[in-house]
Amino acid sequence: MNKVVNNRAWWLVLPVFAMVLFNALLPLMTVVNYSLQETFGNNEFFWSGAIWFEQLLHDDQFHASLLRQIIFTSIVLVIQIPLGLAIALCMPRSGPWVSVCLVLLALPLLVPWNVVGSMWNIMALPDIGLLGKAINSLGIPYNYTRQPISAWFTVVLMDVWHWTSLVVLLCYAGLVAIPDAYYQAAKVDGAKPWAVFRYIQLPKLKHVLTIAILLRFMDSFMIYTEVIVLTGGGPGSTTKFLSIDLVQKALGGFDLGPAAAFSIVYFLIILLVSWLFYTLMMRDEAK
Amino acid sequence: MAEIRIDKLRHSYMANPQSEDDYALKRLSLTWQDGGAYALLGPSGCGKTTLLNLISGLLTPTEGTISFNGRDVSHASPEERNIAQVFQFPVIYDTMTVYDNLAFPLRNRGVPEDEIKTRVGEIAEMLELTRTLNNRASGLTADGKQKISLGRGLVRSDVNVIMFDEPLTVIDPHLKWQLRSKLKELHLRTKRTMIYVTHDQTEALTFADQVVVMNQGEVVQSGTPIELFEMPQHTFVGHFIGSPGMNVLPCEVRGGRAVFGGEAISVGNGEKATGKGRTEIGVRPEFISLANSGIAAEVIRVADAGRFRIVETRSHGHLVKLLVKEGEQVPTGQTFLAFDPEHTQIYEDGWMAGARR
Amino acid sequence: MRKRYIVLTAYIVFLLLPIYWLINMSFKTTNEILGGFSAYPREFTLDSYRTIFTDPSWYGAYINSITYVLINTVISIVVALPAAYAFSRYRFLGDKHLFFWLLSNRMAPPAVFVLPFVNLYSAVGLFDTPWAVALAHTLFNIPLAVWILEGFMSGVPKELDETAYVDGYSFPAFFIKIFLPTISAGIGVAAFFCFMFSWVEMLLAKNLTSVSAKPIVAAMTKTASTSGYELGLLAAAGVLTLIPGAIVIYFVRNYIAKGFALGRV
Repeated sequence: MNKVVNNRAWWLVLPVFAMVLFNALLPLMTVVNYSLQETFGNNEFFWSGAIWFEQLLHDDQFHASLLRQIIFTSIVLVIQIPLGLAIALCMPRSGPWVSVCLVLLALPLLVPWNVVGSMWNIMALPDIGLLGKAINSLGIPYNYTRQPISAWFTVVLMDVWHWTSLVVLLCYAGLVAIPDAYYQAAKVDGAKPWAVFRYIQLPKLKHVLTIAILLRFMDSFMIYTEVIVLTGGGPGSTTKFLSIDLVQKALGGFDLGPAAAFSIVYFLIILLVSWLFYTLMMRDEAK
Repeated sequence: MAEIRIDKLRHSYMANPQSEDDYALKRLSLTWQDGGAYALLGPSGCGKTTLLNLISGLLTPTEGTISFNGRDVSHASPEERNIAQVFQFPVIYDTMTVYDNLAFPLRNRGVPEDEIKTRVGEIAEMLELTRTLNNRASGLTADGKQKISLGRGLVRSDVNVIMFDEPLTVIDPHLKWQLRSKLKELHLRTKRTMIYVTHDQTEALTFADQVVVMNQGEVVQSGTPIELFEMPQHTFVGHFIGSPGMNVLPCEVRGGRAVFGGEAISVGNGEKATGKGRTEIGVRPEFISLANSGIAAEVIRVADAGRFRIVETRSHGHLVKLLVKEGEQVPTGQTFLAFDPEHTQIYEDGWMAGARR
Repeated sequence: MRKRYIVLTAYIVFLLLPIYWLINMSFKTTNEILGGFSAYPREFTLDSYRTIFTDPSWYGAYINSITYVLINTVISIVVALPAAYAFSRYRFLGDKHLFFWLLSNRMAPPAVFVLPFVNLYSAVGLFDTPWAVALAHTLFNIPLAVWILEGFMSGVPKELDETAYVDGYSFPAFFIKIFLPTISAGIGVAAFFCFMFSWVEMLLAKNLTSVSAKPIVAAMTKTASTSGYELGLLAAAGVLTLIPGAIVIYFVRNYIAKGFALGRV
């Protein structure tokens, strides 16, 4: 669409601009401010330069939670994207069942995050939870409050439960948007189901898949509530992801500097990865 | 390649069709010769795409049979029927090159790679796509993409029929003409059976040897462009084909002649007329001339249409249009009209008197 | 064909199992829960629900949550509408940069904002009010709403605007009487996502309130940690938080796919 150049449009954007400025800029400035200073309470601050950043880069605890975070996000993406795509391919394209499926699929997305945690907590209790009981009765020892492997398994399963639907809904919307003629042409050309998927569905879904991966990357990288409710970051600190680490640092300690530096690095990682990924995926399209 | 025989075919999109109105395609029988160029012509929603999809196998008929060369294929899949189809909107495989697009149907059928190379080469030559063979197909213009869709049909040497579903819809006007003549040329060269669905009479009449005109799920007439023009079997065909369409005037039938406005008019099919039902005279503007005596009329308006002029007259309260050659005198006010008896027919309830129904 | 429906059904069963288990727990007595594994409530009881509906610290928490969710949704949509219109119709100084800056806020981890938000909202005297949470959530919801609405608005031909102006409508009259009804589906989808985020988020909601505006998500974590094993109560509270979500999904079910189809979420 040809847009008209009109700087008076700023008046329409002004409320949004003001609100987001208030909410984003002031706090971010505070964070930057803290990250470069040192305080001993009493509102006295001293310039400390990049010391908090240097400290963070050599902080083993930060390295550990960053590594855990990367592993978690990778596992989640590897499971959720193909699974979501597969489920979307199984959806009926039309008919009365579509609405029913969509409503059921969207359900986990509207459960408060702490309730997701509680729900899986109850579900996974080794003695009285459906999941815990089932696994233990298979003869596999399972206790998510004691064994790191059980805890990871539960956290990943919970995230799959919680967020795969988002991928399904996105892919489904993308699939429905493919005109019938493509499928008909493929039939006429004698294409096997695999070829239909490879040469029609997958290329047409590229855009929504990019968005799905991006959203799932961002959100899984920020995961906090579900995990804190389910495992509290434990056992030990085996499921302590970046946000949990940060909140502990920010609310637990008197030192605001390290937490602030952590915040900035954290935000920058997400921005950088998202930007890189988006540019790479969209580079082909521009050609 | 094949002769296509359609026998008592009926189709409804409903699970349990009750009345005749539930059928998108009413009972129909047709035979199409091998190697012919056919067109299905009709307004939107007349059932022509339904018929096309039944032939291609994208739909399964509610009743009746379709056979290719005597083999019943009514329930066969599109792949088994070995047909090709070009859709309204160009369908191409975005991620493939033009070459891979053209090779796709052959690869799906396990044709050896060197044979594919020769076939694709030939077809690309025919379609003037050779230069772009290694480009991404998604970068082509609409007409280029449509050529690829067509090419995917042509590469297979054994296709029974190639079908076109309004293939020029998204093509720029100045390229429409080019692609249309390309199609005609390809038909002459390859001698494939081709079926062309359209609502555009020019496309249908220039492309096809035989045009099937459809309306409301029925075939109203099937014939050569000349037959459709000179002997419309139904007033619908008269209206739909020709520009301006046929004049249809209410009349009475008396002793093998039509009586319009008290004036007896000689017609081509007078002796076959029974005079029952709603009787009308149909005569094309091309077959009416100005005269010194005959049917009284009053000239209302004259419009210039290039090599001829369209004269609108009012005769006994009805609008009658006729064509007058450039340079010929057109009187103002009162005049008289003469209908060419050879090309003037009586219609009863819309159908030409004496026509086979 | 059949294989596909088996997979789909299996997946939906997987989605429903934890929800079933939650409902199951909410109808059990504490004795039964602690007594051992049971697949359905043997002694069916509504005690947990009774507690929630009679104890003001419980039902008050629900009211608090709904209050800030509604305030947030209304503010986000009202503010985002004109901005989305500007982005979809005009080019102006810094428009692209502004748009990307807005979206980048969606990438900010809420954990980063906890501490500065507490300071900020304490400073302006909104701490422990629904307004603090509602305003804090707009940081994530306004960019999202602008993005979704811009997508829907770009789908409306500009000729609509021009015709209205020719017919003598002023901008506000056109916007309210003609434009908004045209994109009502988009407003529905945007409101759905604002509602959703604000309803499910806990970290900010919990830390920006203490006593008087305590939301349900915070009330639940408290039960979980302080009163030990009141699982029935926790489950019942959880079940009750599913209801608003389910109602909202039901109303927008036909628009969900459409909203996603724009690739804008």
